Amino acid sequence: MDFASLAKELRKDILVMLNKAGAGHPGGSLSEIDMLSVLYFGGILNVNPKKPSDPDRDRFILSKGHASPGMYAVLARKGYFPSKELDGFRKINRLLQGHTDTKVPGVEMSAGSLGMGLSFGNGVAYAGKLDKKSYKVWVMVGDGECQEGMVWEAAENTTFHKLDNIVVIVDKNGIQNDDYVAVTSNIEPLTERWRSFGFKIMEIDGHDFNEIVPAFEKAKKEKGPWCIIAKTVKGKGVSFMENNPKWHGAAPNDEELKKALEELR
Amino acid sequence: MEASREGYGRGLLKAAEKDPNVVALEADLGKSTKSRTVKEAFPERWVSCGITEQNMMVMAAGLASSGKVAFASTFAIFTERAFEQIRNCVCRMKMNVKIIGSHAGLMTGTDGSSAQAIEDMAIYRTLPGMVVLCPADSVEAEKATLALAKHKGPAYMRLTRDKTPILFDDKYIFEIGKGKIMREGKDATIVACGPLVSIALEAAGFLAKENISLEVINMSTIKPLDSALILKSAKKTKRVITAEDHSIIGGLGGAVAELLAENPGAKLVRHGVQDTFGESGQPEELYDKYGLSVKHLIQRIKKDL
Repeated sequence: MDFASLAKELRKDILVMLNKAGAGHPGGSLSEIDMLSVLYFGGILNVNPKKPSDPDRDRFILSKGHASPGMYAVLARKGYFPSKELDGFRKINRLLQGHTDTKVPGVEMSAGSLGMGLSFGNGVAYAGKLDKKSYKVWVMVGDGECQEGMVWEAAENTTFHKLDNIVVIVDKNGIQNDDYVAVTSNIEPLTERWRSFGFKIMEIDGHDFNEIVPAFEKAKKEKGPWCIIAKTVKGKGVSFMENNPKWHGAAPNDEELKKALEELR
Repeated sequence: MEASREGYGRGLLKAAEKDPNVVALEADLGKSTKSRTVKEAFPERWVSCGITEQNMMVMAAGLASSGKVAFASTFAIFTERAFEQIRNCVCRMKMNVKIIGSHAGLMTGTDGSSAQAIEDMAIYRTLPGMVVLCPADSVEAEKATLALAKHKGPAYMRLTRDKTPILFDDKYIFEIGKGKIMREGKDATIVACGPLVSIALEAAGFLAKENISLEVINMSTIKPLDSALILKSAKKTKRVITAEDHSIIGGLGGAVAELLAENPGAKLVRHGVQDTFGESGQPEELYDKYGLSVKHLIQRIKKDL
């Protein structure tokens, strides 16, 4: 699988979607998209777009629900819904809500309020244990999101209930809404925090497919609970968006879109 | 006399026996909420969350998303800590989660105002698709629990810590969304819920001796409100008084006020906690001080209706 080419196309979809909507969150969509490409197109998630409610499916829960454009771009390309729906992102009477929503086929949890994904994943994973299912529950959280106290309520419950079918991915892009994470509040030492809660840790570069693929394959095969700390660049792939807090939650205008798409040619 | 939470514990156990998908989540108050009945019988279906109410509500949603009927219990006041989680992760996704708030109202007693939830029904009533219940006794609480296990979708049920008179027997049929006329009358209607139902019946018995005929309705479903029953009675008596161990703002009184404002024709008095916090004390002392006792209800009916 040529993940680099695929991710480039998905990045274009994200930017066009945001431009048409006139609002949304490019930074976190671009930081997560390489990993989402591997999850959905690298044989990691056992999912079938024709059976989105299959009780045996793996679950991917995007806790950082504002990064919905990345998720929608992947789901459309995977065949969960027609790609023409991407034009209706954030528009009234259309499918794609501003934040990930279960109205959209393939979306497991309606998000938009941070900190909830791992608790939801705990519930799904617990049900999997009760029903003797072998599915895995993948939860992606942001690093800024780890400021939410509820994330740690969830983390303590994951290990207390021995939910070894959970994989947490932290998209550590270093930026949140207002500013850099480091100047907003303290989440460090983030890796040690997750380790101390009882998670098995892998640290990867979230844009290097040579690191993403083996890490995800290991987490798929071996029992967890895993926490994969993925160092990423917010706005990755578009020079003027990279590592700039301005692009957490702002859509590119026509001129900016043109410039961005040229870079992604 | 029995606390309604005892009925919940029995109902939950019966529901778990009947349906293998019933799971109970608890945030370290299982001895008090009585959800521990499930722990003893089905330990794997009793999910100890520790003191993590926010996590518990969303974990319940996750379980429900995978086919479970999730009962998440804690004190009424601590469910409120997870209000936004309940809104965004339970109700918005219409999850099959039943939130059980025990120790509601001033009746919680000596623990004091921090534990006396007097606004829970008001806030949960605002959530689209949410069913809100407040059973009048332990028998009704047990039957309501079984009804909730069958109902698809989110619900909140408030329970009491203290013992209250038993009003129903085994033959009673509980139905979500249906009030019940406990006593017929023609001069005024008391619409009550929870512990105030037995107090209303006592007041009606007393006033009957003075030739005042009161109709008493047990409105154990606050949402969806049995509007037809209330309007029918209001049309007959032209005087309605709501009675609840809850703020007069937004709960049963609020719901009936909304109904009668849009369907005028009867005078309304809201009897309950008058926009104030409680304090430590025995339940009967608190009911006396804050105006919820039989004596006060009688005075209120005589003075305002």
